[in-house]
Amino acid sequence: MSTDRIVIVVPAFNESGRVGDVVRDVARTLPSADVVVVDDGSADDTAAEARQAGAVTLSLPVNSGYGAALQTGYKYAVRRGYSIVGQIDADGQHRAEFLPAMLAALTDGFDVVIGSRFLDRDGHYRPSLARGFGMRLFARIVSLVTHQHLSDPTSGMQLMRIDVARFFCSSVYPTDYPDADILILLHRSGYRIHEVAVQMRPSPGKSMHSGHHSLYYIYKMALSILVTLLRSPSRGSS
Amino acid sequence: MITTQTRIVAIIGSVLLLFGIIELVRRRRLKEEYSVLWVAIAVAMLVLAASTGPLHWLTSAIGAFSESSALYFFGLLLAILLLLHFSIRTSLLERRLTALIQEIALLTASRSSDGEAEFHGAEQDAAASPGEGPIDSER
Repeated sequence: MSTDRIVIVVPAFNESGRVGDVVRDVARTLPSADVVVVDDGSADDTAAEARQAGAVTLSLPVNSGYGAALQTGYKYAVRRGYSIVGQIDADGQHRAEFLPAMLAALTDGFDVVIGSRFLDRDGHYRPSLARGFGMRLFARIVSLVTHQHLSDPTSGMQLMRIDVARFFCSSVYPTDYPDADILILLHRSGYRIHEVAVQMRPSPGKSMHSGHHSLYYIYKMALSILVTLLRSPSRGSS
Repeated sequence: MITTQTRIVAIIGSVLLLFGIIELVRRRRLKEEYSVLWVAIAVAMLVLAASTGPLHWLTSAIGAFSESSALYFFGLLLAILLLLHFSIRTSLLERRLTALIQEIALLTASRSSDGEAEFHGAEQDAAASPGEGPIDSER
């Protein structure tokens, strides 16, 4: 376990004033892990603040979306020879203290561990009505397809083995908004997924996820799940 | 039924489109690759407008009452195909653009960390990523 090189990717768009705390939070909880903040073309001091907090920063010159920012982190992790990649949102909603429990689940033999906000009903997380409906619907669909209970496919708090990150570096990964569809893809590609209950802090404001309109989210996810099911399973590595 | 007037307008339109496309390619404003569909559409419209046989066949094939509406229907269909084609190209371009944007971020970071590595004499960076060139295998 101690030989694992861990990197936590933090995709950030205009998170000045919050991202520094997130980086310090992760560094305090997992001192052995490196933190990489992917600044998705922010107009504020996100990159500088992240660097000051001790993170490596990757600055996308143009705002490219949540998925593109995350994938940049995966590419970094693959190229730098890390063995475990984590991801956590930059707005401070996720609490890094749950990362060790997720890490333990990963070493139990899972390929991807998701920090679920719904397993333990803490009540902090309240999505909008349409979005909440979409999230429940897609969680149900994902659970049906994968034959396993997955309560929170939207969670931005995840931990994965480098094989999975390498898989995500290819064109299979949606660079706009990876979500429930990615879990179905993972399942069909033979990766083992597990959920660990996490709690969230109340949202400080708008997160990177809320940029998308709820109706578009439902449309996009429905279509994406459909085409993922229609495609033949592919896997970058075994 | 198609009036001679409609026929003439359609022929002139197709010919103008064809010459316009060739002129754009000549001035290097349009790549040959992208002109293929345009030329195909212009030629198809020209053939339909100038001849009687193919248009007549098309009209009965789609069950239209008049040949002029068949001509417009066909033109519209081709235009929609062209739009779809460009949406596909745009998606491809966006994918490539994202890969380039990511590459810039990764290269900038590795350049600045290489600078640090010179001071510390650490070369594990290169050793840690065997076989991973600066440009990844994403298509």
